[in-house]
Amino acid sequence: MSARVAIVVFPGTNCELDVAHSLEQLGGSTELVFHTATSLGGADAVVVPGGFAHGDYLRTGALARFSPVMTAVAEHAAAGGPVVGICNGFQVLTEADLLPGALQKNVGLKFLCKTVECRVETSASVLTSGVAPGTVLRLPINHFEGNYICDQVTLDQLRAEDRIVLRYVDNPNGALDDIAGIANERGNVVGLMPHPERASDALLGSSDGVVLLQSLLDAAVARSEAA
Amino acid sequence: MSAEAIHRQLGLTDDELGDIDGLLGRSPSELELAMYAVMWSEHCSYKSSKVHLRRFPTEAPWVLVGPGEGAGVIDVGDGLAVAVRIESHNHPSAVEPYQGAATGVGGIIRDVFSMGARPIALMDPLRFGPLDDAHTRYLFEGVVSGISGYGNSVGVPTVGGEVVFDDCYRDNPLVNVFCLGLLPKERLVLALAEGEGNLAVLLGSSTGRDGIGGASVLASAGFEEGSEAKRPSVQVGDPFEEKRLIEACLALLDANLAVGVQDLGAAGLSCAASETAAKGGAGMDVDVARVVKREPGMNPVEVMTSESQERMLAIVEPRHLDEVLALCEKWEIRATVAGRVTDTGRFRVYEGLFDAIGVAGSNPTPPPGDTAPEVSSDREPIADLPCDSLGDGPVYTRPLEPPASQAGLQAADPWAELESRFSAGADLSDELLALLATPTIADKSWVWSQYDHQLFLNTVVGPGGDAAVLRLKGTPRALALATDGKGRFCRLDPRTGGRLVVLEAARNVACVGGDPRALVNCLNFGNPEHPEVMWQFQEVVEGMSEACEALGIPVIGGNVSFYNESRGADIDPTPVVGVVGLIDDLRDAPPTPRTVEREHMVLLGETRAELGGSEWASVLHGLDGGIPPEADLDAATRLHAFVRDLVTERSVGGVHDCSDGGVAVALAEMAFGGEVGFQVTPDVALPAAVWSFSESANRVLVSVDARPLPQVLKRAEDAGVLAVDLGVADGDRLIVEGAIDVPLADAERAWRDAIPTALGAVAPAS
Repeated sequence: MSARVAIVVFPGTNCELDVAHSLEQLGGSTELVFHTATSLGGADAVVVPGGFAHGDYLRTGALARFSPVMTAVAEHAAAGGPVVGICNGFQVLTEADLLPGALQKNVGLKFLCKTVECRVETSASVLTSGVAPGTVLRLPINHFEGNYICDQVTLDQLRAEDRIVLRYVDNPNGALDDIAGIANERGNVVGLMPHPERASDALLGSSDGVVLLQSLLDAAVARSEAA
Repeated sequence: MSAEAIHRQLGLTDDELGDIDGLLGRSPSELELAMYAVMWSEHCSYKSSKVHLRRFPTEAPWVLVGPGEGAGVIDVGDGLAVAVRIESHNHPSAVEPYQGAATGVGGIIRDVFSMGARPIALMDPLRFGPLDDAHTRYLFEGVVSGISGYGNSVGVPTVGGEVVFDDCYRDNPLVNVFCLGLLPKERLVLALAEGEGNLAVLLGSSTGRDGIGGASVLASAGFEEGSEAKRPSVQVGDPFEEKRLIEACLALLDANLAVGVQDLGAAGLSCAASETAAKGGAGMDVDVARVVKREPGMNPVEVMTSESQERMLAIVEPRHLDEVLALCEKWEIRATVAGRVTDTGRFRVYEGLFDAIGVAGSNPTPPPGDTAPEVSSDREPIADLPCDSLGDGPVYTRPLEPPASQAGLQAADPWAELESRFSAGADLSDELLALLATPTIADKSWVWSQYDHQLFLNTVVGPGGDAAVLRLKGTPRALALATDGKGRFCRLDPRTGGRLVVLEAARNVACVGGDPRALVNCLNFGNPEHPEVMWQFQEVVEGMSEACEALGIPVIGGNVSFYNESRGADIDPTPVVGVVGLIDDLRDAPPTPRTVEREHMVLLGETRAELGGSEWASVLHGLDGGIPPEADLDAATRLHAFVRDLVTERSVGGVHDCSDGGVAVALAEMAFGGEVGFQVTPDVALPAAVWSFSESANRVLVSVDARPLPQVLKRAEDAGVLAVDLGVADGDRLIVEGAIDVPLADAERAWRDAIPTALGAVAPAS
C-alpha cells in the first residue's frame, strides 16, 4: 500500500515540491500541509522540508516552532510517527525541541551549495533502516547554518545511544563530530542537513538519496499497517 | 526656487519641460513634473537607444511575447512556455554592493512572475575591476553575498553566469541579472488594466522613502567622487516578502482572480499604474491616501516615485476583491485598493478621495506621526495627465562618431610586440600557468558554491559548464542557457564584437546540444551624450542583429544601461546576452568539458593569428590594441549544427567551447574536468604561442574515441567544418609539443586557488 506523507509548508519554505516529487517517484503519496493547520490529516509520516521558514528571521527555525502545525508534528512524533527534518527542517526540529542541539553558521561564514560524501552511521532510524552502516552516500548540501553543535553531555548521549545518523566524510561546515544528521531516542525523528530529495535522480548527478527516502516510506507504510 | 531650477534638478531639459507644457496645455504641478522626470529618465524611457533597438530581429513562430513587456515569452512545446528577462543593477551595486545586487535579483524575479511564470532560474553575468584592488574585492564579495542572500532565500536557483575582471569596470561594476520562468501557456498574462471600474490593488511591502528617484538619480547620470552620498537612493531588499508575493501572485493568477499584474520597479507606482492603463487603452485614478506608508510625513511626490521593493499592482474585478484579499491574507501579504480603472484615458492622482466615492476598502492607518488625510467627494486631482504621455517619452537621435583613437587602436596588433619575446621554441609553460590564474579564467566555484543551484530538481548541468541545462519535468525536453559578453572585443571593433558575443553564447548552447530559440540582451555602455559611445552602441546593435539574423535567433527582450563611467572615462562597450536553447530529447546528461583517457582531442574550427583583445595579450602583457577575431557567421552556423549533432548522438566523450585564453586554456580546463592530461601537436603553420593563445572564434574542442574518429573527421569535412586531431588524452601532464609541459596538478592548483587566494580565503602557495 501507498504511504501518505505530510509535507509541512511555512511561508518561506521552498523545497516542498522537490520532496513531494522525489517521494512520489518512489510510489509514495504526499500532501502539502500549510503551517496554520492544526492537524496532519491522518498522514503516516511528516517531512519538514528545506527553505527559509518565516524568512529565517530572528534565527533559523525560531519563529517556525510557534506555527500551529508544529503542535500536530510534536504529537505525531510523541506517538512514534516518523518525522524527518531536512536542512531548514532540521533547524526547525531543534528549535522545537524535537531534537537536541542547534545549527550555527558555517565555519567560513559562507553559504555552501555542493555535493558532499556522507557516511551512514546507524540503521536504527526511520531514515536509514534500509541502509547498512558504513555506506557512503553522495548528497547535496545547501545551507548557511549547518554547523551542528550541542553540549558534551548531549554529544556523549548521542554517541552512546547510536543516534548519530549521518557523518560528513570531509566536514564542510565545522559541525561537531562531523555530524550531518541525528535522531531522537526512539529513532522516529531524524534531522539532517543534506538534501536526499536532491539526490534522487542520476540525471541530476546522484541517486544516493533514494535509499533514505525509501526507508522513510517503508517506515510510513509500517505505521499505516499498524494503525 | 524657480520652476526651471526644479525641472533641471530632476534631470529634465528645458526642451523636455516645453514638451510637458505642450502636452498639458499648462505648467505641470510639482507631482506631475516629478513623474515626468522619472518616466522620461534615460533608464525608464530608452530615449537615446530606442531608434537603434528597432534594428533587432524580434520575430519567430515560437515567440509569444517580444520586447516591451515585463519579460519575453517563447513557446517550448507541450503547453509550456518560458518567460525570460535580463536587467542591469550596475549603479546601485557600485554604491552599495550587497543591496544593489540583492534588489537587482528581486526586481528581475518580479518582472518574470508578473507574466504568470514561476521563476525557476537565475544567471548572473558580473564584471569588476582588477581583483588586486581592495575596493574591487569589497564590491565582488558584496555583490556575490547579495545574490546569494537574496536568491537562495527567495527560492530561485542561480544556475550559471560569468565573472569577468577588467580595469575599465574598476569604479563601475556591471551587475546584470537574468531570470527565466516557466508557465503553462494559458496562464500567460500581460500587464493590462482593462475594464472601467476594475480596481488597482497594491500588493506587498509598504511604501517608504527608499529608492526615490533611483532610476533617474543613479541610473541616468555618471558617477563622480562622493557617490556614497547617493546611498539613500539604493533600495533594501526583503526576500521573504518577495517569496510570499510570488506564491500569492501565482495563486491569484491560477484562480483567474486578476486581469493583469505589474511589478513596481523603476519609477514605482507612477510607472506601474500609468503603464498598465496605457497598455489597456484605459485611464487610471490613484489615491495616495490609500497607499500604506512606512514613514510619517511622506508627500505625494515621494509616494508616487518611491522605489520600495517587493510591491506589485494587480488589476482586479470588484467581484473578486474579497477572494484576492483572502488569498493575500493566507500568504501574509498586504493588499490595499489604491486605484481604479477609468475610461478617461487620463492618469489622475488624488489625495483622500476614494472613501467618499465608495471604492471598497478603507484608508490605511497612517504611520505614527501622521494624521489621516481628510476624505472628500469633490477633490481636485493633484496630477491629471494623458495616460500614455508618461510612457511615450522623448526619442533622441544622438550624434554618432567613432573615437579618434579607433584607427590607432586597431593598428596596434599585439603580436608585433610579443613576437620578439616569444620566438620559436620559447617555453610557454609559465604563460599557461599565469593565464589559468587570471581571475577571469580561474575557477569560479568560490562564487557559485554560495548560490543554491539545484532547487526544483531541474539542474542537469549547473554553474561551471559551457551552458546550464535544465530539464523540463514531464517532457523529454530540456532548456540550455548561456550568458556571455566580451567588452574588449567590442572596444576594438564594436560591430564585430557585437557579432562575437552572440556567436559565443549560441556556441555554448550548442555545446550541450541545444538549439537557440531566443536571446535577451543587457547593453552596458558609457555616457550616451558622448558621440563615441553612441557610435559604439549603434555598431554593437548592428553586429548583434547580423548574428541573430544569421543564426535565426529572435531578440525577445533587453535592457539598456548607459552612463557606466567613472571619473570621466566610459567603460568598454559591453553587451551581455542571454541565449535560451531547446534540447529536444534529453535522456541522460550531455557530455561535459573533460578529457577521457585515450580519446582523441579534436579541434573543430579554424585557428588564426588573432590575438587582439585576447586574455593573453591584453591581461598578461598589457597589449590591448589590435582587431578582434573574425566573426564568420556562415562558419558559425555550420559549426553549431555539427557540434549539436555530435552532442545529441553522444558520439563525443567530452566537449568544450574554445574562447578566453585560447585552445591551451580550453584543453587545460578539459583536463581538470576529466582528471587526465594530454599530449597535443600544435599547427606548424602558426607560431606556437599564437596557436596556443589566439582567441579565434567559431572553435570547439571535442574528445572522440579512436573507433568513431575517422567517421567524425569525415563528417566534419562534409559539414564544411575544419577538424584537426590534436593528439591523445593520457597521463598527468599538459603537453603542447615544443611549447608547454606542466604537471596537471600544478595547473589545476593555479586555476582553482587564484580567486580564493586573492580574497585571502586560501594562503598563497609558497
